[in-house]
Amino acid sequence: MIQLHGKLKHLSPPSSGRVILSLTTNQDLPTALASQKGLLSDGASSSAFKVVFHKHKPTQLLEGSYHFLLPADLHYLGEGDVVRIDLKDGSFRVLFRKSSGHNSILLTEQCNHYCLMCSQPPKKIDDSWILEEAKELIQLIPQDTVELGFTGGEPTLYGDRFIDLLHLAKAHLPRTAIHILTNGRAFHEIEFARKYAQVKHNDMMVGIPLYSDDPVRHDYVVQSVNAFNETVRGILNLKSLNQRVEIRVVIHQQTVDRLVHLCEFIARNLLFVDHVALMGLEITGFTRANLDELWIDPYEYKDTLSQAVMLLESYDMNVSVYNHQRCLVNDDILRAYRKSISDWKNEYLDDCTNCSKMNECGGLFLSAKQYKHSQYIKAFM
Amino acid sequence: MNKFQPLSFYAKQEPIGYQLLPFQFTELNPRKYLLTNLVGEFHTLDKNKLKVFVGHQLESDDLDYINLRAKQFLLDTHNTIAPELLALKVRTRYSRLAEFTGLHIFVVSLRCEHSCPYCQVSRQSEDKRAFDMTPEIAEKSLDLVFRSPSRAIKIEFQGGEPLLNFALIQQIVLSAEARNTTANKTLGFVIATNLALVNHDILAFCKEHHIHISTSLDGPQDLHNKNRPRPGKDSYERVMKGIELVREVLGKDQVSALMTTTKDSLTRVRDIIDEYVRLDFQGIFLRALSPYGFAIKTKSFRSYTVDEWLEFYKEGLNYIIEINKKGIAFQEYYASTVLTKMLTSQDPGFVDLMNPSGIAIAGIVYNYNGAVYASDESRMLAEMGDNTFKLGNVLEHSYEELLTSDALLNPLEESFTLSVPMCSDCAYEPFCGADPVYHYATTRDYVARKPESEFCKRNMAIFKYLIELMESDPSVKNLFSRWANRT
Repeated sequence: MIQLHGKLKHLSPPSSGRVILSLTTNQDLPTALASQKGLLSDGASSSAFKVVFHKHKPTQLLEGSYHFLLPADLHYLGEGDVVRIDLKDGSFRVLFRKSSGHNSILLTEQCNHYCLMCSQPPKKIDDSWILEEAKELIQLIPQDTVELGFTGGEPTLYGDRFIDLLHLAKAHLPRTAIHILTNGRAFHEIEFARKYAQVKHNDMMVGIPLYSDDPVRHDYVVQSVNAFNETVRGILNLKSLNQRVEIRVVIHQQTVDRLVHLCEFIARNLLFVDHVALMGLEITGFTRANLDELWIDPYEYKDTLSQAVMLLESYDMNVSVYNHQRCLVNDDILRAYRKSISDWKNEYLDDCTNCSKMNECGGLFLSAKQYKHSQYIKAFM
Repeated sequence: MNKFQPLSFYAKQEPIGYQLLPFQFTELNPRKYLLTNLVGEFHTLDKNKLKVFVGHQLESDDLDYINLRAKQFLLDTHNTIAPELLALKVRTRYSRLAEFTGLHIFVVSLRCEHSCPYCQVSRQSEDKRAFDMTPEIAEKSLDLVFRSPSRAIKIEFQGGEPLLNFALIQQIVLSAEARNTTANKTLGFVIATNLALVNHDILAFCKEHHIHISTSLDGPQDLHNKNRPRPGKDSYERVMKGIELVREVLGKDQVSALMTTTKDSLTRVRDIIDEYVRLDFQGIFLRALSPYGFAIKTKSFRSYTVDEWLEFYKEGLNYIIEINKKGIAFQEYYASTVLTKMLTSQDPGFVDLMNPSGIAIAGIVYNYNGAVYASDESRMLAEMGDNTFKLGNVLEHSYEELLTSDALLNPLEESFTLSVPMCSDCAYEPFCGADPVYHYATTRDYVARKPESEFCKRNMAIFKYLIELMESDPSVKNLFSRWANRT
């Protein structure tokens, strides 16, 4: 687990406002560029930079820049990374890491679902400043970025403003694949789906959760009436416009009983979706509050998981298993097994260091290590 | 107070309860009914439950209720999307119709050096002119082939033994390819041959033009040679050599084989399957004799009953499942075809199991003498002197005249299963098809009386058996899902 935020110590007098900066280690940048950037300093400095982040306490501070001390757990930052710093109180957040393949931009904490296992519990506050920040961020992200995610909350709650953001992303990052996490309900209006399709991004996919073939159960899991109907209609609308759609299923006590039924439903009704992700539970957010209703040891459902994967594979569907430890899945699903936990999140247990298959394993979320994980995690010898 | 609502909150029903969506049902076994809907979804219900369901008394938290709703047998406020999903699947199932004729069979010669008693059509003759297709007829036929709106065209050469007129095959392939430089269709070729006359030169041409080979293999040596006599009594030896040569020159997957079940085959189903497994084929099509051509004349067709054939088929299918459980992937292709209709929203496009019937609109036959028939079975019937399904002649009639002839439209319309008595309310209809040629051949009526139809008897028994196998063994369901998708 790596550090993504913190509070930095001022080395120069506090000011006001928040700034988003692309970082560089090149102290010789022309002033025109440097004035927009943050310098990661190992000792050297230049007055041309807006902000200088010092890895070690400097002997002298040049005028013209704001100076902060960068703690050791943030020394990993490098060229091209993007950060936000509050010039008043020193609040610091890493917004983009060039070296990661998993950069995701949270666009809002508002949501029209209230999922039992939500990892990002929604808030009913106007947080549209986040969208404005995202627009700024997109313009600072390096053009050679392979993939970028948009997530929430529910990003489509912004309506047309969300579509505008996608146009902006396409304009600034034409070669970057875009992945959007949404509950898909907004697309049940064909007009909104059309506006989305009109972005005409050639590598853009939405990931939409579908938790059961039983509409009542799906509505229950997402805690919203009529969610199933609107989400499925949204998927149909998007596919009728040739947009790429991934279905995401979180496996837990409330969904596992009908997992195979759900896969049959997908194979018969939604065969044209581009990918199905079967995902393990992350023990965070609401999951911890609802753990008794949600927890099932993955060891207990491994045969069900095999059955689900084999079924989708037999229909020639593209299927992946995410967030599962290698020792908790049967060998017959290895084609679908992915080391999916984001690089900054994955952890292992002590016993795992003895495991001969550790390099094939995606590990655990830190939250699993802290709060709940399978009793059957066992090193391969 | 808990901010999360319980499951029961989301299960709340409007007072109207549920509506039934269209479905059919039939008895599956003494305990259960089988329910099917028009897109091939199926569900089994305990007998007493059916009454409860139809009487709108099924409780919404009943597992059957939940399953029936997920498969679109009922509509309530929670699955208002169901009609759209049904419509989408109906459109998918019938999407082939818009493509129209994809398979074009050219009977390039009726002559054959084999004299199989079950053969429908072949002739022993030295007179080439009497039974070989002429270049003029071939070109006129190709004119018609390229009128088909289908984006994919498959030209299959049949006989007799088509290799006896290989020069014409070459001409047709070259001409079709030349035409396709402007037509831009997906064009494929198949030669249906006994392989007795195959040689390197023939295969060199096949390789150059990506021609697939389909041959006949009835089982082990003794059975094959008994079923398929030829001078020298060496049909088996020749087909073995042929298969080996084709695989060597064209590639392993470029030859497939078909078997025909005779009375002598009935006790030998395991031997027959073993022969296919031994030769590393990916599957077998266990095929009954058809009531056409010489099969009737020589009484081979009546040489066993439907029940005997079903026993043979089931034993074979069980044996194949056993083989799969041992880790060998091997399919029974008729089951695969039916399973595609049961487990997917696709139509496999198998002429006998299509509705409207696949005659002419899925496959069409250009006979050696220019006669155009609605299907392979139609020309077999014609060889017995009945031209009911002759649409016309390539030398005399236009594409429009042939494809709108009464000889085609009448049987298509009359045999449409969704309006035919007993088909229209048959629970197996979604898996089945109209087969006006079979029914005409056996009863002189496109529709016939279904309780007397051996086509119905045979297919309904197979449908029922496949469902029972899936219901009783989840591993068979997995296997069948793969067969259904040819994966």
